[in-house]
Amino acid sequence: MISLGIPHYLIISTALLVIGLTGFLFARKSLVVLLMCIELVLLASTTNFVLFARHYADIDGHLTVFFVLTVAAAESAIGLALILLFFRKTQSANVSAAVSLRESA
Amino acid sequence: MNHSYLLIPTLPVLGALISGFIGRRLGKPVTLFLALCAMFCTLGLSVYWLDQINHGVRINQDIYTWAVFGDAVFSVGFLLDPLSVMMNMVVCSISLMVHIYTIKYMEHDEGFFRFLAYISLFTGVMLALVMANNFLQLFFGWEGVGLVSYLLIGFWYTKETAIYANMKAFIVNRVGDLGFLLGLGLLYKFTGTLDFQAIFNHLPDLVKHQYELFGFGQVQLVSLIALLLFIGAMSKSAQIPLHAWLPDSMEGPTPISALIHAATMVTAGIFMVSRFSLLFEQSDTVLNFMMGIGAITAASMGVLAIVQRDIKRIVAYSTLSQLGYMTAALGASAYRVAVFHLLTHAFFKALLFLGAGAVILAKHHEQDIRRMGGLIRKMPVTYLCMLLASLALSGIAPFSGFFSKEPIIEAVKLSSQAWAPWSYWLLMIGVALTPFYSFNLMFRVFHGKENSAVAHHHDHHAHHVDDHHHHDDVAEPFWTIKLPFIVLAVFSVINGVWLAPAMLYGNYFSSTLVALPAHSNWLHIVEEFHGVADSVIHALYAVPTWLALGGIIVAWVYVWKVPHLPEDSQTDKGNLFVRWIKSGYGFDFMYKLLASIIFSLGAFFSSLDRWGIDGLVNVMPRIINVYGQRLRQLADGSISSYAFFMVTGVVLMLGYLVYFIH
Repeated sequence: MISLGIPHYLIISTALLVIGLTGFLFARKSLVVLLMCIELVLLASTTNFVLFARHYADIDGHLTVFFVLTVAAAESAIGLALILLFFRKTQSANVSAAVSLRESA
Repeated sequence: MNHSYLLIPTLPVLGALISGFIGRRLGKPVTLFLALCAMFCTLGLSVYWLDQINHGVRINQDIYTWAVFGDAVFSVGFLLDPLSVMMNMVVCSISLMVHIYTIKYMEHDEGFFRFLAYISLFTGVMLALVMANNFLQLFFGWEGVGLVSYLLIGFWYTKETAIYANMKAFIVNRVGDLGFLLGLGLLYKFTGTLDFQAIFNHLPDLVKHQYELFGFGQVQLVSLIALLLFIGAMSKSAQIPLHAWLPDSMEGPTPISALIHAATMVTAGIFMVSRFSLLFEQSDTVLNFMMGIGAITAASMGVLAIVQRDIKRIVAYSTLSQLGYMTAALGASAYRVAVFHLLTHAFFKALLFLGAGAVILAKHHEQDIRRMGGLIRKMPVTYLCMLLASLALSGIAPFSGFFSKEPIIEAVKLSSQAWAPWSYWLLMIGVALTPFYSFNLMFRVFHGKENSAVAHHHDHHAHHVDDHHHHDDVAEPFWTIKLPFIVLAVFSVINGVWLAPAMLYGNYFSSTLVALPAHSNWLHIVEEFHGVADSVIHALYAVPTWLALGGIIVAWVYVWKVPHLPEDSQTDKGNLFVRWIKSGYGFDFMYKLLASIIFSLGAFFSSLDRWGIDGLVNVMPRIINVYGQRLRQLADGSISSYAFFMVTGVVLMLGYLVYFIH
């Protein structure tokens, strides 16, 4: 049986981070996908917190995870609300539609 | 101590404040009453102080310390001596006459109260000037009268020519004031004071000084100061080449031409040089220069008076010419003669101007002598008064001009200065020119046929509203206009006979206006004086008298032969020489040329600044701008690119932390 060590968990969290960032940077379609990618990045970091909390038998890491998850929940609530408003305004939840910060010229 | 002399300059200023600020509220009669009261009281006080001075009283008193800077004390003070009380008398009497004349003359002008305030203010400032005991106060008065002159030339401020004229007067006077200020600065530097008496006390030291003038080597300090002060006097008293403003100042209302630009303000330069006779005496160079400038002005401006067609400009050029006589007399060290001519001239020239004003008013603002004629039947009193003034101006005995002009010519003849010989001849030419232009004016305006029928040209004064009259109602003016005529005419006639024995040949000025023994050749004429009657009889044998009479006869022949002066359009075709004369010797052209040179220099330096220095300075912002333009392309408003920058930033920061901090 293969024992799972720290490297395996780190590979998983790195994979999560890379997937999240890649999605975040290159998402061209939906704003919701962006939000999901941000969640993935946050999950990558929480995985690391849990991993090292277990490894060092330190409760602080577990505690931090709860805070991160709470913030992530709040963030997605606000994010979804923003997307909803954006959709009402532009009839679209498309990333390429969110260009109102661009100079009009 | 009797301080009542303080009221002499303050009462007119008070009058000016009343008319200027609350005149409209008080109404015309009350304001006029107060203003005239102020003038009457001032005149009364002047007479009182004249009497005091005649009894040997002298006042030289600082009454107020205006400013103290370290060792420098500037105070307000008054000096009453024969010269200043004489000037007081001239200023107050002419001013009072002009005040009375103004009542009717400016009656319909909407700026009546403003006008009244200005002439009262002028009187006050002029009196402060002549009574000053230090240069600072004299300079205050000097600039004050300049300011009022500016305001009054541009009195009809909607008239474009008037605005140009007052600008011109102001700018030309700035040129002279620069000289004047530099002179004051030098005086202050080497004496440490501006008080007249203190400067005179320092004079023996001052004479020994040499001054290093830039690269020109050593010059005598006294000469330099005297020259600079005289440049100031040249602009105020309108001597060539700083005379150009005076003919144009005729744009103002006629009463102020009489008061300011003929009788009083323009003599401030003559007064200042006389006041400083002790200093000017120390410099032969400057005396010589003054005589030359005066003589050139006297003759050349007399010529210009002949070619003028505007009645006021004729009298204005005549004023320039007479100021030239005064300056020439100053150059000959005959200060009291110059001052005496100042006095006689003030009366008859004010009268000529007021008369010209009455004629202009009667002809409904027609100023061209070609449109006048035959007025003698309609305006006999005006005619008589102006005739007396013209005779006085021409120097015919026994009128006042004779007693002042003849000694000037004698003084220049006897002067030991280098330029005296040709100055004398120029003045003699002037003697013949004066009656010619005066009587050319008199004959054309008052004799001959009435030319009003051809009047179609008007010099409009938008502010005058009495144009609804017709041209055939030319009549003798109102009595408030005639009264000043008669008073001034009486004085024009008697001033010479009355005052010459005391002022010219007596001791009136002997302690005030002093000439060095080396320059006192002219005092010869005092020795030859054997009473007024004798001089009048002597006049029969004198060349100037015959020249003057000749001038009158030539004028009569000229008017008889050429009854209708050609219109401008025809004369403009005249040859170069005639055009040169008609353009006033091209001084205006020269000044324009000078100004355009300065303007192009300014344009050159301005472009140097704009393209050279500003260009260099602007290189830096340009670079920033170019790169800024590139960078802002990055902010394209798309979320993914912002996210990309954010992530890249985080990665870079992390990399930095990992590789450089550890």
